[in-house]
Amino acid sequence: MEFFRIKRDIPFMRYALIFNVISVITFLVAVGSLTMRGLHLGVDFTGGTVMELQYQQPPNLDRIRERMVKIGFADPSVQHYGTARDVLIRLPVKEGLTTAKLSEQVMQELRQLDTGIELRRVEFVGPQVGKELLENGALALLFVSLGIVGYLALRFEWKFGVSAIIANLHDVVIILGFFSVFQWEFSLPVLAAVLAVLGYSVNESVVVMDRVRENFRSRRFRDAAVPQVIDNAITATMSRTIITHFCTQLMVCSMLLFGGETLFYFALALTIGICFGIYSSVLVGSPLLMWLGLTRTDLVRPEVERKPGDSGAVV
Amino acid sequence: MNRYSPWQYFIIAAALVVGLVFTLPNLYGESPAVQVSPHKATLKADEALKARVEDILAKGKIEPQGVFLDASSVKARLADDETQRKAKDLLQAQLGEDYIVALNLLSNSPRWLAAIGAKPMYLGLDLRGGVHFLLQVDLKTAIAKRLEGVVNDVRGNLREKRIPYSGATRDDQRVTVRFRDKAARDKGQEELARTLPDLEFRSVDDAGEFRLVGTLKPEAVNATQKAALDQNITTLRNRVNELGVAEPIIQQQGADRVVVQLPGVQDTARAKDILGRTATLEFRMVEAQATDPRNRDYDPAKVEAAIAGNPPVGTELLYDRDAARNEPLVISRRVVITGERLTNAAPSVDQQTGRPIVSVELDGQGARVMRDLTRESVGRRMAALLVEKGKPEVLTAPVIQGEFAGRFQISGNFTTQSATDLALLLRAGALAAPMEIVEERTVGPLLGAENIRRGFYSMVGGFAAIALFMIAYYGLFGVISIIALSANLLFLVALLSMLQATLTLPGIAAIALTLGMAIDANVLINERIREELRNGNTPQAAIHAGYDRAWNTILDSNVTTLIAGLALLTFGSGPVRGFAVVHCLGILTSMFSAVMVSRAIVNLYYGRQRRLEKVSIGQVWRPAIQKR
Repeated sequence: MEFFRIKRDIPFMRYALIFNVISVITFLVAVGSLTMRGLHLGVDFTGGTVMELQYQQPPNLDRIRERMVKIGFADPSVQHYGTARDVLIRLPVKEGLTTAKLSEQVMQELRQLDTGIELRRVEFVGPQVGKELLENGALALLFVSLGIVGYLALRFEWKFGVSAIIANLHDVVIILGFFSVFQWEFSLPVLAAVLAVLGYSVNESVVVMDRVRENFRSRRFRDAAVPQVIDNAITATMSRTIITHFCTQLMVCSMLLFGGETLFYFALALTIGICFGIYSSVLVGSPLLMWLGLTRTDLVRPEVERKPGDSGAVV
Repeated sequence: MNRYSPWQYFIIAAALVVGLVFTLPNLYGESPAVQVSPHKATLKADEALKARVEDILAKGKIEPQGVFLDASSVKARLADDETQRKAKDLLQAQLGEDYIVALNLLSNSPRWLAAIGAKPMYLGLDLRGGVHFLLQVDLKTAIAKRLEGVVNDVRGNLREKRIPYSGATRDDQRVTVRFRDKAARDKGQEELARTLPDLEFRSVDDAGEFRLVGTLKPEAVNATQKAALDQNITTLRNRVNELGVAEPIIQQQGADRVVVQLPGVQDTARAKDILGRTATLEFRMVEAQATDPRNRDYDPAKVEAAIAGNPPVGTELLYDRDAARNEPLVISRRVVITGERLTNAAPSVDQQTGRPIVSVELDGQGARVMRDLTRESVGRRMAALLVEKGKPEVLTAPVIQGEFAGRFQISGNFTTQSATDLALLLRAGALAAPMEIVEERTVGPLLGAENIRRGFYSMVGGFAAIALFMIAYYGLFGVISIIALSANLLFLVALLSMLQATLTLPGIAAIALTLGMAIDANVLINERIREELRNGNTPQAAIHAGYDRAWNTILDSNVTTLIAGLALLTFGSGPVRGFAVVHCLGILTSMFSAVMVSRAIVNLYYGRQRRLEKVSIGQVWRPAIQKR
């Protein structure tokens, strides 16, 4: 089997502007939604209480809501998840009510309605802890970005680092945008997925960049213009890019199917990240590299004599 | 050129064998067990206890599948959950309060695996069910308490040296001492600087008043906070022991937080009650004892009467369980001082005899009371009691050897260990600072089992899909890639088992994701080999160049992924950390397996063939007209 029967290099760079316009539009939509609607932050970040209950008979949600109002929550979120016997209750942070004892109080109230309840999961996060988790998440994002720019600058050249991180932060913003537009719950596992995607799609950029560097050093491209060199690099790595992403996506799809509630949004974030990862590193990162004014001399230093076949690092 | 030297094959084979051995325990599963461990440091888990457990079970007609003794407990493996519960109730009733009887799981792996230290991965709370608490310790209160003691010391010291002062108070984190004139203040400053080295006193003049403002030195603040945190953790540990949890985790997190994880605990309400309980330490006089006639309080008649149910008015009969003596004591109900007056208790060594002792420090007020009391009570015994829920327990009841005040020593038949334990118990009687639960995560046991199943299916489904695709697309090289990927899984599970890492659902997701990403390295290599073949290289040269050139890319891309993983590990908490640990380890194992293991197989299979015409790597398509 061979899916990629490409006769000549695809002139990606000629259409670079179009791709980037599309990119900018998606990006703006994401940013717009993030500022207007914001993220639907999970209990991990806002603080509050989440309880998962399983009933033996399908319960009446309105009755459960009434009880929550009685305890003191004006607008409780009570909904089904999974089957009709499973109930998810979310209670926001409320001064004086939000303590570790709240879950017992809720259970007491609900047992008066129906004794056949099994408490499957409780999550209680104090408001202070939630704030810290959010701060730590932002710090992690910053740390990853700086770390990657630093590493790529060291291993390649600063232009690579900058264009890779712009392309991939754009992925992150778009994932967040999706979560904002559809108001999916943003929880700690989703944050983990976002950071994993950041590392993963930089992977992608690295593979292309590696090829760009190799091309610059090769005899074949001594007289080729920069866009041509990049086009060839993208074309040559394209089959690998798509197959790798396809394989990773197979695994992620399996998580979407079998992973249940906890892993669903995690896998969803990965899916978006993987799709946009291909697009951004190939079609956003590379043109950026071009526009940042990459030249042969950035990578090939004439005074260093290289043995043929040595593609070792320039550190 | 595609050959590995024998030692390279040897290393890979050795790694695979080690990986297999350490993965094995995870495949055997676990069976229900009951764990018996002594509640007190004076009791040991030994052959005698093992025999006792066996005996109790035999009498109760429960046949264990094995009774094992380890460093701190005796475990009995049982057939099913039903017998497990029965055995627990029976053992608890027979052994009494001196032993913790807890439900546990015991690995079914054969003995030789356990002997070489191969244990299954530790399942996190979201997989086995249980409670996770994060408690915030209010350290400001600990400092305030300490300063409260300082104020008393200041008063005592100034009075003792007859330095006139008009008042000493604490406001928030400072101590203020007021004097009427400058001379008295200077003298006071000199005296306080000498007697209270942990404090820093500054002189402030304000509206005709001469003041000294004292604050704790930064080292002293740190020491106080650390002591408070340690004390709280010790107290928590003692309380958790009562819950009968097999493998509780109680750890400090950050500067002022404590994590408590109780696997298998379902009754969270009770857990919260017990963790939040307050216990107090009390010193009371012994009114009568029947052991040592040389002491002043020797009075067997009173003890007899108390045992018969008639203790003298104002006293109660308690047993000193210290050193397993189980000695009856008639103890006064009047409290001499409480644990609040205790500022420190530490194990140390008697300068003269070289035997372990416990040295105790009281604050100023406690010291005065103690001096007055001991002046008249030399030769009598005083008991230290831990009172919880109104139920007193005798920690120790030493004889007063002479008059003492704020600093004294408790000597007895201590070993280094028992002296340390007693010091901890004295300190841990009460919480040093209030605590509040700021995070709770409870997972029911059914959900835990479901999470394991979900994680497992996700991984198997994804792995199978990838395997099918890779083999269809790359032929034999696809098979080799999948073998390498399986090796990766083997190494990863083995490594996690060796490190005894905690496996959580995000951790399983990370294993799955890592496998999905790790195939990248093999795709890179395979694509590169195809490309070399397309460019007209001989198969052997193509394989060589493919692996060689792909290596740089693999390294770079893995390092960037590793950076993201490390950031998660540093800043992440809870579920994210579990994900990050597995992710980082997975990246490391994938580099080894994707490159070394797959290359070894390729070398073994193709490397020996001198005239290799064709390799099975799927279709290598050559464009009819190639540019350039």
